[in-house]
Amino acid sequence: VTVAAEATAHRPRRRPSALRRALRGSVPYLLIFPVIAVITAILGYPLYRLVTLSFQQYGLPELIQRKGVWIGIDNFESVLRDEIFWRTLLRTVIFTAATVGLTIVLGTLIALLLVRISAWVRVLLTAALVLAWAMPAVVAVQVWFWMTNFQNGILNYVLTELRVGDYTQHNWYETSFSKLAMVALLIVWGAIPFVTITVYAGLAQVPRELVEAAEIDGAGPIRVFRDVTFPILKPIFLILTSLSIIWNFGVFTQPYLLIGASHIDPTNYLMGVYVYIEAFGKSDFGRGAAISLLMLLIVAVLSVPYVRRMVQMGTTR
Amino acid sequence: VSAVTAPRAATVRRARRRRLRRIAWNVVGLVVAAVVAFPVFWMVSTAFKPDDEINSFVPTWVSAEPTLQHFRDAIARPYFWETVKNSLIVVGAVVVLSMIVAFLAAVALAKYRFTGNKLFVVLVIGILMLPQAGLVIPLYVVLARYGLTNELMGLVLTHLVILLPFAVWTLRGFIMGIPKELEEAAMVDGSSRLGAFTRILLPLVAPGLVATSVFIFITSWNEYIFANVILTDQSNQTLTIWLSYFYGTSRNIDWGGLMAASTLTAIPVVIFFLLVQRKIAFGLTAGAVKA
Repeated sequence: VTVAAEATAHRPRRRPSALRRALRGSVPYLLIFPVIAVITAILGYPLYRLVTLSFQQYGLPELIQRKGVWIGIDNFESVLRDEIFWRTLLRTVIFTAATVGLTIVLGTLIALLLVRISAWVRVLLTAALVLAWAMPAVVAVQVWFWMTNFQNGILNYVLTELRVGDYTQHNWYETSFSKLAMVALLIVWGAIPFVTITVYAGLAQVPRELVEAAEIDGAGPIRVFRDVTFPILKPIFLILTSLSIIWNFGVFTQPYLLIGASHIDPTNYLMGVYVYIEAFGKSDFGRGAAISLLMLLIVAVLSVPYVRRMVQMGTTR
Repeated sequence: VSAVTAPRAATVRRARRRRLRRIAWNVVGLVVAAVVAFPVFWMVSTAFKPDDEINSFVPTWVSAEPTLQHFRDAIARPYFWETVKNSLIVVGAVVVLSMIVAFLAAVALAKYRFTGNKLFVVLVIGILMLPQAGLVIPLYVVLARYGLTNELMGLVLTHLVILLPFAVWTLRGFIMGIPKELEEAAMVDGSSRLGAFTRILLPLVAPGLVATSVFIFITSWNEYIFANVILTDQSNQTLTIWLSYFYGTSRNIDWGGLMAASTLTAIPVVIFFLLVQRKIAFGLTAGAVKA
């Protein structure tokens, strides 16, 4: 029942004509029309173009002439036969699993910590989290780069002072693995606040009596979390995990800038960087489009649980 | 006697143990807070240090002789003011356009039930999920086709399309948070639907409008990949791109200047973020547990 219908019910003397009712019914469509128009114009055509590009030979000369050459599935064939594609895909899957796993586990632990500390410590910790969250990605990269610098970065100094080992002049950007590990740490640092604050808000909704009842029955903190808290928070974890997977799978800014354009090579590609280099580094937009399309398909599959959940929430009241 | 004191001693012991545990957790909390906030602290601290302190092998935590020299240097570098201006133009246009367009659609989603609303939600959420790295190529090729590359307008359009779904979704949440009874009461009093809308709904949803526009401001201000691809001339770029090129050329990196420039780029974002974080944070997950 729309509000419009209720409104007319309050004024029985004016009976709406069929025309009037039709007009009323069209109001929501008029309201969503601008969004649809903008999205179709700015995104619809490019998405269509993405599909056609992926079947074309489209390099710099074609970009200037604004006309590609149709080559069928050659781009897909060359990509799927390319070992770099499969290695990059595998690397990105491992990278995503590691960063998402770390983010969710650490974020949840900090949320559980927030419940157990005094109010003034909680204010401090929340403030720290929000500060980290607010940092723009490009700024965070620059700061991280400075902190992990081999000459006088604070990380080497602190590790050496704490007697973890001799890290004087240790270069954190030597191997592909350590480069990506630095990128992963940076991403996890930036992603934890969102997880922690969302889980903490969810913890407030867990009925106190349930936890107390479990504790009286002799359940320890781990069992309470596993059997009481987690099942209630499961929808939140589902959403957080799928959002994090989607975000980290397509990540570009942090790996591209922290590794640095001149040190990016096939041994440290992640999908986002790979697509960018193929298209803009090598000026092969057709092949880049084919990789983009494959990437979008993978993400589309990954985001099904999130989208389904959100649609359920978005259409029921 | 012992029969009375024994249980009391047990309570005292339990209370003491609980207090010790609380103190231990507090210590852990403080350490975590320090680690999480450290990069931000280190950025600001370095920005104010004289060069000899920055380059020394034994770091000072906070400089005894803070200097503003690095900030002066950063601002004096080429294209600083141009890129600040460009960022403000892009962000301003994106905020105004997306808020107007998104608000209408959000009203439709929150207040009407219509055939196809499910499809519209799928469209909105679906676009929200598209990885930007996957969209760079076609958007660039299409913008190049219409001569919009290296134009601020091209970047405005791109930001508009990636931020509209987010704006629609959060605004919908804010509008739905307003009790229906208020609006109905206004209409019983004889106001028209539009009157009820402007006098009751709009003031109530104003904080939500502010929060959403600030969040759009931040995202557009921070955006890197599209700005990097679309805007090629240095005088045409945004502040974020300016910062990403800061050390690009020289071998000896000016860390103080880099940290001062980083601080300058982050300040507006951090301030705004602190203001609205609470309101926006749950937009993406709202209602997940209630069901």
